Amino acid sequence: MLVFLLRRVMQSGVALLVMSVLVFVGVYAIGNPIDILVNPEADSAEIERATAALGLDRPLWTQYLIFLQKAFSGDFGNSFVHGSSATQLILHRMPATLELAFAALVIAIVLGIPLGLWAGLRPESASGRTIMGLSILGFSLPTFWVGLMLIMVFSVQLGWLPSNGRGSTVDLFGLPVSILTWDGLKHILMPALNLALFKISLVIRLTRAGTQEAMLQDYVRFARAKGLKASRIVGVHVLKNILIPIVTVLGLELGSLIAFAVVTESIFAWPGMGKLLIESISLLDRPVVVAYLLIVVAMFVVINLIVDILYSLLDPRIRLNAAAD
Amino acid sequence: MRKLLDAYSPHFADRLALFALLVLVVAALAAPLISPQNPYDLAQLNIADGRLPPGTHAGSDTATGPQHYWLGSDDQGRDMFSAILYGLRISLTVGLSSTLLALAFGLSLGLLAGYFGGWIDTAVMRIADIQLSFPAILIALVLLAVLGQGVGKIITALFAVQWAYYARTARSAALVERNKDYIAAARLLGLSTWRILFRHLLPNCLPPLIVVSALQVASAISLEATLSFLGIGLPITEPSLGLLISTGFQYLMVGDYWISFFPGIALVLLIVSINLVADRLRDVLNPRLQKQ
Repeated sequence: MLVFLLRRVMQSGVALLVMSVLVFVGVYAIGNPIDILVNPEADSAEIERATAALGLDRPLWTQYLIFLQKAFSGDFGNSFVHGSSATQLILHRMPATLELAFAALVIAIVLGIPLGLWAGLRPESASGRTIMGLSILGFSLPTFWVGLMLIMVFSVQLGWLPSNGRGSTVDLFGLPVSILTWDGLKHILMPALNLALFKISLVIRLTRAGTQEAMLQDYVRFARAKGLKASRIVGVHVLKNILIPIVTVLGLELGSLIAFAVVTESIFAWPGMGKLLIESISLLDRPVVVAYLLIVVAMFVVINLIVDILYSLLDPRIRLNAAAD
Repeated sequence: MRKLLDAYSPHFADRLALFALLVLVVAALAAPLISPQNPYDLAQLNIADGRLPPGTHAGSDTATGPQHYWLGSDDQGRDMFSAILYGLRISLTVGLSSTLLALAFGLSLGLLAGYFGGWIDTAVMRIADIQLSFPAILIALVLLAVLGQGVGKIITALFAVQWAYYARTARSAALVERNKDYIAAARLLGLSTWRILFRHLLPNCLPPLIVVSALQVASAISLEATLSFLGIGLPITEPSLGLLISTGFQYLMVGDYWISFFPGIALVLLIVSINLVADRLRDVLNPRLQKQ
């Protein structure tokens, strides 16, 4: 187990290093880093001072080490546009993104599992086929386009739901939250549904496949023979057995929800860190871009690591495989 | 021809998808010939024809004279139908070229890894594993934030996102094939390694890769559209479908739906038809599913 853990931690470390090199090379080595890191309005004396202060007169690998050292302490410099620390800026926007991602996750579970169960229990019925057809659409339609269509129908044509912002928020443990006010709920519904679309399809497929497999097992036959109600067999016995793979996959998908939130936030003007990233890229606010990329990649690596470890605890076969190769 | 179509699929929906895909590809190829207007020749545009709803017949003093705006016009007076045809061209070019590049690269690496094994295998697969643990959009965002905008740059980003899929698929196919008799025979004949790899091993590893790359073209087109919509993909001088949708977004909010809506429909048709055709290809190319 320890070997397995060490191996996974090392792999995560390598992934982080590779990403940091990529970002470093992009920002520092391609083009003149002074143009990127120092305000364009600075005069030549100031530029020289900045060059020395940033260590840009030293060899590239020393520069990389300095960059890495600063990155570890969370110092990515100040935003050109906002003037404040880039890390602070991102952390300030993070709760909105996390709220959106979790809301999407909840929607994916609440809609995906019942629909998947239904389709799995009646695979040949018209309703089962319709659900599967919709899940294929959910996989292949571009998310951003579906978001636009949602806005077109529900905001512009019908005027039911607002199309931008978080609405009014309530502070929960010092963090603003939208889902606790009616106005906030109305604001989060469309973006969360949009972000969840792909995951709903995924959960439907997983649940359906799991249900079809579980219904053939002996324990289901035994429960039937015992005279249990069909609702209890499906709701308790089958569901319990298919939940493990679904939960693991969804854990892994949390990271991709955060990454895809970039798109949803831009469409619905949701004030999260993804929207901040896109704004910063177009304003050439490099410190914020660098901070976002490394923070999100680090979050990702940590989520993957946790899910990997949880998964190996739940399923001993995985551990054996890892030890064998 | 009839036989070929029957072998492809007897279902109406599958045939419709193939037909739609062919129409879209031909329309993209023939865009300069069939579009009523060259949407990027400023002499042919009239700003007075801006934001006309679909079906408007406007007679104006442009070089082409009066015309029907079947799908409406954008804020510059550009015929949306023509813009969509040109946009399809750009979307398809970017999607196909990045997929082909990634296929060539990933396939070669995967074959080498599967055939030789050892440290090459470990190195290639570890890198692929690490990359595939991040979602495609995050990798693309990192690269585009670093590289900037441009056709070459977005192709690079889409290439980087895709190669690992092909490397993995090619490797697993090569692992199975390398132990077969025909490879042993080729070795005994004293053929060079390159010849064995690319003339004997490669053709036999190809079927699963064709399916994967067909599906990947669709996701590459979708990803390009998404990135262009966000304004970090293609520059405004190369208006792909995603960029057209993006320009129409602001007008969508005030009720002029067509500037965004129709390019979106074209994009969805393209992606869904590619996916359906690729899905059929998977069954057709799978020998285990072949019927008598």
